[in-house]
Amino acid sequence: MIKKVAGPLVIAELTEAKKADLVFVGKQRLIGEVIELRGSSASIQVYEETAGLKVGDPVESTGAPLSVELGPGMIGAIFDGIQRPLDKLMLQAGAFIPRGLYVDPLSRTKKWPFVPLAAIGDEVKEGDILGTVQETALVSHKIMVPPGISGKIEKLDSGDFTIEETIAVVSGRPVAMLQKSPVRRRRRLGKKEPVSVPLVTGQRVVDTLFPIGKGGAACVPGPFGAGKTVIQHQFAKWSDADIIVYVGCGERGNEMTDVLKEFPELKDPKSGRPLMERTILIANTSNMPIAAREASVYTGAAIAEYFRDMGYHVALFADSTSRWAEALREMSGRLEEMPGEEGYPAYLGSRLADFYERAGGGRCQGKPERDGSLTIIGSVSPPGGDLSEPVVQNTLRVAKVFWGLDETLAHKRHFPAINWLLSYSLYADNLGRYFNEKVSENFSRLRQQALKLLAQEADLEEIVRLVGLESISPKEQLVLFVAKSLREDFLYQSAFDPVDQYSSLGKQHLILQTILDLYQLGEKALGLGVEIESIRKIGVMEKIARARFSTEAEILAIGPLLTDEFNNLRSGKNG
Amino acid sequence: MVKVNEIAGPLVLVQGVSGVAFDELVEVVLPTGEVRSGKVLEVSDDKALIQVFEGTEGLEIKNLTFRFKGKGLELPVSRDILGRIFSGLGRPLDGAPPVLPEKKLDVNGSPINPFARDYPDDFIQTGISTIDGLNTLSRGQKLPIFSGSGLPHSRIAAQIARQASVKNKDEKFAVVFGALGITYEESEFFIANFRKTGAIENSVLFINLASDPAIERIATPRLALTAAEYLAFDLEMHVLVIITDMTNYCESLREVSAARREVPGRRGYPGYLYTDMATLYERAGRIKGKNGSITLLPILTMPDDDKTHPIPDLTGYITEGQIILGRDLERKGIYPPIDPLPSLSRLRDKAIGSGRTREDHAGVANQLFAAYARGREVRELVVILGEAALSEVDKKYLHFADEFEDKFIRQSESENRTIETTLKLAWSLLKILPREELKRIKDEIIDKYADQG
Repeated sequence: MIKKVAGPLVIAELTEAKKADLVFVGKQRLIGEVIELRGSSASIQVYEETAGLKVGDPVESTGAPLSVELGPGMIGAIFDGIQRPLDKLMLQAGAFIPRGLYVDPLSRTKKWPFVPLAAIGDEVKEGDILGTVQETALVSHKIMVPPGISGKIEKLDSGDFTIEETIAVVSGRPVAMLQKSPVRRRRRLGKKEPVSVPLVTGQRVVDTLFPIGKGGAACVPGPFGAGKTVIQHQFAKWSDADIIVYVGCGERGNEMTDVLKEFPELKDPKSGRPLMERTILIANTSNMPIAAREASVYTGAAIAEYFRDMGYHVALFADSTSRWAEALREMSGRLEEMPGEEGYPAYLGSRLADFYERAGGGRCQGKPERDGSLTIIGSVSPPGGDLSEPVVQNTLRVAKVFWGLDETLAHKRHFPAINWLLSYSLYADNLGRYFNEKVSENFSRLRQQALKLLAQEADLEEIVRLVGLESISPKEQLVLFVAKSLREDFLYQSAFDPVDQYSSLGKQHLILQTILDLYQLGEKALGLGVEIESIRKIGVMEKIARARFSTEAEILAIGPLLTDEFNNLRSGKNG
Repeated sequence: MVKVNEIAGPLVLVQGVSGVAFDELVEVVLPTGEVRSGKVLEVSDDKALIQVFEGTEGLEIKNLTFRFKGKGLELPVSRDILGRIFSGLGRPLDGAPPVLPEKKLDVNGSPINPFARDYPDDFIQTGISTIDGLNTLSRGQKLPIFSGSGLPHSRIAAQIARQASVKNKDEKFAVVFGALGITYEESEFFIANFRKTGAIENSVLFINLASDPAIERIATPRLALTAAEYLAFDLEMHVLVIITDMTNYCESLREVSAARREVPGRRGYPGYLYTDMATLYERAGRIKGKNGSITLLPILTMPDDDKTHPIPDLTGYITEGQIILGRDLERKGIYPPIDPLPSLSRLRDKAIGSGRTREDHAGVANQLFAAYARGREVRELVVILGEAALSEVDKKYLHFADEFEDKFIRQSESENRTIETTLKLAWSLLKILPREELKRIKDEIIDKYADQG
């Protein structure tokens, strides 16, 4: 029975409830979760708008925790923060989201073709693969033995089944394709391994300068308008993960619409299939109830871990974790807890750490042996762009890659507006070995050199601003010239150009190599007495400027031209 | 026995009530017979906390009666709301009788299902170069104007309302105007403007002036957006909603929060300011299968021109870009003083290009941004080093920045430039720069359009 209603928080007389139980609140049967118990009264966060609830209205506990449904039918779907399917809600209720309406997340009537992999008589335990369902052309959905079941397979069927029908019997217990898993409980990996393989995103500044590995954790903080969401979308589109889980957490409705409209049309660069065939969306837009925002990242993580356990490389994008933290703050405030920094609860840091620590890769549980990984990329929206605020600071303590977005770059329309002086990747060394082996042996060296030039540029710019360009040495002017090319021809990347939006590792390396060759040749030429002015005017610069739009073969062809041009400069000098 | 425990700020705490619902509408009746409206902010056992929209002045602990209405605040709507002027709480101000309702709508609305949204990619031509050319507005977009005290945001908003049109389309338009705590002059300026152009016939106005109760302002934008939703999604009209000034709204919110003794967020604003504003801003948009749209143009004044103040900051995180007015431009006598560099339209790239505006639009816009940014940097350099120290190219950038401000940004209040005029102007300005500097535009596009300027 309800005793108090204050926004999304309801306090009710509830004798038989456990913490984290799912409850139905009021006559409208709104969905809520028990977050605190005190004597016989329970504090409930309600995942729907609470207007109209009265003191004395009934509250009913389901006795089970908030859970996600796992099984075929998730790929390509869009769910809200507590996994209600938004497409089916629209069919039932129209364009606006109603209250108290519950729809099964996964279809109960659709039949899926189940192909067994195990055999009758096999001894199985949790995580072992019983069989597969080809869910989309890109995703073969592995049906695993659910937690708590083990023993001998007594029956194993093949054919078309709904997710609730029994496909196998293990030690007398029926197994269906549908599993339920509490959202807040993490699924364990068999053995966690260090990050060693990059998640290739096709974004030059990321892959080359600040790479992220499969199983890594990264964050993108930045003020509004700096391009957080565009970067997240670029990653979701082009990264070489097998499964993408995109959580739109407290952000704009139109951004989800954008994904829904664009992803079915875009093709995966590897397979040529629509990107939607590997994507799952979770949307709690900024006008949807705040408590469900808190749940949405966990719903996303639970789904992502499930696919990781199948042996897939999964990337989870959370945009934006600040909204999640604010939801936490609002509930904490309503619970009248003692606030920590800037009103955030004292447990903000541990909750964030717990979330990012769900990233990781390695050997999955169960047979056959398989490796999977979960990469987490969270964006942070610091108030006023101030990176010293608690959400950024607590995130930086756990995320290994930091892509700092810079407002000044955004104003110049330099995108992605990742500040190369501020950002870092702790995976750079580990992944450098991979790049050196798979792309080119000098990859790490080029990266170092590029970073050095960019840092030198920043220092020199300071001097130029005070005393003018003419007063620095020609060698230093060459640094500025090459760094400018690095910025404009390599780091700048258009998210809207069909060619430029995705750059393969090979192409990234070639462009970088060309620009750094320019530096080498320039240095040599200066040594021989060539004027910096004439280096600035070389005609091949135009080709370098267009390299972003060129094929690898075309970029390869620039090298000899560059050498020729410098030879001419030198002979012009001598002759 | 119902008794009042406390009257503090805009809040009244009553005890001894039963069956009161959260967020319910209440009528507070004074001994004089005067009726004020309020809403329930919290219920707990037999207590209810009520926020009184008209303020609590003149209320006494005794002798108050409360009528709980069993529903939230509602707006009666029908086609006849067009052409009408209402108070901030939806009561007629124009002397005409109340609207005969076709239906009554809960002013809080419901969130639009993101799956049901249609992406806003229909270019709206506002006739203002800095908006159309650089920070393009789309139908269904929410694009605020960040202004400062003394800057001409009202004139710009009125100009947009006058000139906004969609290419080659002739459809039903409406304007919904919400005034939140603005001065009588400012409000009259808009009303006179709508009257002069005849737009008043297709407008609905909700007016809460600076002298009206401050707490009423919390309801006003919700009424305006509810009217807009009805016009857009029931009557399938294209609605432009202008709400000014959101800063006053947020201040009223802070007042209520302070009176409730809530833990404050930044600068004393409540922690839920983001969510609260989002429930307003996110009501803009388009819906699949419906012809109408809501384009939202909120105006807010940045205290001390500070973009990192919580109100503009949180707004920028919710809206699809922002138009920022610059005091420097205003001082130079440039109208409209829209500073293109920090301004942004997130939906621009989907709304422009061939088939929508023109194929060269994106490249030209990016080039203008980059060149103007460089020109401004050079201008700063000149202050320190003098113009003589500049390289030839830098001098050209400096010249470009001056010309750009004078020709492209500056236009008269009655000048309605087509997108073609804007692009032509852009090309003529880009001619100032050497061709190899135009890195953001593709070669073939330069070849095709450069001579146009």
